[in-house]
Amino acid sequence: MIDKLDSALRFHQEALSLRAKRQEVLSANIAHADTPNYKARDFDFSAHLSQAVERGRQSTSMSLASTSSRHMAVEAQAGSDATLLYRTPTQSSIDGNTVEMDVERVNFADNALRYEANLTVLGSKIKTLLAAVQ
Amino acid sequence: MPYSNNSLGIFQIAGSAMTAQSQRMNTTASNLANADSIAGPDGQPYRARQVVFEMAPSDNQGIGGVRVARVIEDPSPMRMLHDPKNPAANVDGYVTMPNVNVVEEMVNMISASRSYQANVEVLNTAKTLMLKTLTIGQ
Repeated sequence: MIDKLDSALRFHQEALSLRAKRQEVLSANIAHADTPNYKARDFDFSAHLSQAVERGRQSTSMSLASTSSRHMAVEAQAGSDATLLYRTPTQSSIDGNTVEMDVERVNFADNALRYEANLTVLGSKIKTLLAAVQ
Repeated sequence: MPYSNNSLGIFQIAGSAMTAQSQRMNTTASNLANADSIAGPDGQPYRARQVVFEMAPSDNQGIGGVRVARVIEDPSPMRMLHDPKNPAANVDGYVTMPNVNVVEEMVNMISASRSYQANVEVLNTAKTLMLKTLTIGQ
């Protein structure tokens, strides 16, 4: 039962946490608008979301295959952190900084809106589930 | 969860940027105020100061806050003003004036203020989002 509730909300949970992560990356870009040689970062949201959802279906830890009982048992957490990419600037500045304030602000506002939309959908989903329980 | 403390991360990053930008504004204010100070505490004419920003190291893979790495003295040559009546004038009648470029400082100030505003906006947005997050399921 709890497992089903978990899987019902899992997509939204992953999407929200990725949105929050992206919000942080974009806020770092805006913060570093005047830092020499800073390179603006971002990540591919949809790729990471599908990867996160996929990862949720599989087990989160990886273990080495062992063919003998004398092999060491090694277990590692699957790579979970979003790999950050570098933004390609359209107008690079002379101090090596690639932050373009307009691009970052637009992305920031867009991301904030999508985060809120996600919250709304998640909230109504929870309401639906609650109505079903009552 | 892999991404814990997200909201605090944004607050910390935007806050550090605001601190750094306000230090830049402080430096600009000092430069503008001393644009005509022909003697400082050491008896030498005032030299313009500039802040150098750098990225604060963090364990959060590639993103982090800003900090002021150091405050440098502007190496550009001092302005020489012909004013033989001034007691600080040299034998040729020239007074060494600070190397503050007032126009540059004004531009610097506007840039710092805009960056500060952008970070305030980031902070407000993050706060709104976090408050909304607290109302999930209500």
